[in-house]
Amino acid sequence: MLPNLNNLPTYDTVGVNERISRFQSRSIKKSAKVEGLKLALSMIDLTTLEGKDTKGKVQQLCYKAMHPHDTLKGIPTVAAICVYPTYVAIAKETLKGSGIQVASVATAFPSGNSKLQVKLDDTKYAVEQGADEIDMVISRGEFLSGNYQYVYDEIVAVKKACGKAHLKVILETGELDTLDNVRKASEIAMYAGADFIKTSTGKIQPAATMQVTYVMFDAIKDFYLKTGKMIGMKPAGGISTSKIALQYLVMLNEVLGEKWMNNKYFRFGASSLANDILMQLVKAETGMYQSADYFSKD
Amino acid sequence: MSRIDIHKTYKLYIGGKFPRTESGRYYAVKDKKENFVANMCLASRKDFRNAVVIARKAQKSWANATAMNKGQILYRIAEMLEGRRAQFVAELITQGSSEKSAQLEVDRAIDRLVYYAGWSDKYQQFFSAVNPVSSAHFNFSCLEPMGIVAMIAAENQGLLGLVSVVAPAIVGGNTVIILASETKPLSAISFAEVLNSSDVPGGVVNILTGNADELMSHMASHMDVNAIVYCGQNQKAITTINELASNNLKRTIFHKKNDWLDTDCESPYMIEKTQEVKTTWHPTKV
Repeated sequence: MLPNLNNLPTYDTVGVNERISRFQSRSIKKSAKVEGLKLALSMIDLTTLEGKDTKGKVQQLCYKAMHPHDTLKGIPTVAAICVYPTYVAIAKETLKGSGIQVASVATAFPSGNSKLQVKLDDTKYAVEQGADEIDMVISRGEFLSGNYQYVYDEIVAVKKACGKAHLKVILETGELDTLDNVRKASEIAMYAGADFIKTSTGKIQPAATMQVTYVMFDAIKDFYLKTGKMIGMKPAGGISTSKIALQYLVMLNEVLGEKWMNNKYFRFGASSLANDILMQLVKAETGMYQSADYFSKD
Repeated sequence: MSRIDIHKTYKLYIGGKFPRTESGRYYAVKDKKENFVANMCLASRKDFRNAVVIARKAQKSWANATAMNKGQILYRIAEMLEGRRAQFVAELITQGSSEKSAQLEVDRAIDRLVYYAGWSDKYQQFFSAVNPVSSAHFNFSCLEPMGIVAMIAAENQGLLGLVSVVAPAIVGGNTVIILASETKPLSAISFAEVLNSSDVPGGVVNILTGNADELMSHMASHMDVNAIVYCGQNQKAITTINELASNNLKRTIFHKKNDWLDTDCESPYMIEKTQEVKTTWHPTKV
């Protein structure tokens, strides 16, 4: 049932910024940094969501997911790859036996402007193709019009269509205008059955920011305290450097705690982050700053 | 009415902006009578790394700019420098030059920019060739920029030493990160202001101030730097640079000269030093 959205905490931007600036000033060096980077790498949903995607591009991405950088020993693979529904089958086949999940966007991604039946068919198609995880978008227009019940019902219906597949709900925070709206949308998504809540499609600026991620963490924490159910979180878009990724991990640890510090409950939706992490790991090993020339493309 | 002195803050020049060093470290620059002149940024290896990332982003479009455009921009730098002659002369005098030698150094720096502006659309012809081969191939060689060039500027001539190595590298389509003279850095940073008002795209020339011994090894070992230029006589430094540069087969270029007023500093071979020769074998008579 749609939760009561009238008694939610409100967010003061100045206060949130102040809190975040503290997460950004930690000094994480040497072995702690290496461990943090490995953890971040294992949390990446390696993503390609472009109109110009091809079978070859998706296969290349899958190889990259399985073999991030073979000369570097003891590094994890990424958590999942994220593609459009039409490339799910090819990704699934390429990744067979690797343990890497295949996530697919669905529900008229990225705008979400289509009728419910089309969205459900889109979802079912992705699941039939073998997707382990579905990344859906909410109807932002309905949300901003105050039609929360509509948004809630839609998520419930998509969740049902997912079957065993995990459902990530994209709020597209760049279009929600205020942090209070982000909190509200998070509540709706979690109560409607989301396994993960996700910031952005990556098609709208601003994409993931630490501010909205903080608010979503806060919502997840309250939901956990109330219901005992752990919801995952996925900031996506705009996280392109190791430094920023580590700041997110600091925030994750300090707001949600150690239980969330794994790729079952936290993911980065990113494409260029992986190579930046790899370059940092090689730098830590050799002491020399690296060049993209010596890393496979992602 | 008396006024409060307005002292200039000298910062780094990275990506067309003037940031402070991320390290928050500074060192004092003094005039020849040991009076305090200014605090200079003591750049760290991270400032250098950030500059490399930016120089890499800027390199491709700079290399693709037409020869005419690059030449015009170099000439524009010379124009801007000419307009600020007095300031540069004064800064060089503050840093210990006599009035006469300061004037000569600024004049020569301006002339050198004009000189390399002129070479912009000519050096390719000068160094390219059609090569005779004994097979059914049309074989030709031409120059391509190496990419990113890290530079350690001459210590004794703060302006001319810097201009003499930067101009030939950028006219050839490279982007550069140069560490200014440690003891005479004022005119290097003022030169950045000249660059910034000369249509030089951000990131093409990046200027750091700091300590060569500290940054040298990072400049020489960085895998994304394609060539390194060292202006100085320190044999130990040369050995270190040679060793570290071998990791990614960086080209090493050493200028051991003391006096950059020398006219042999003006040469198309200065451009060629940061160029890679590409030879193409094109089948004929198939």
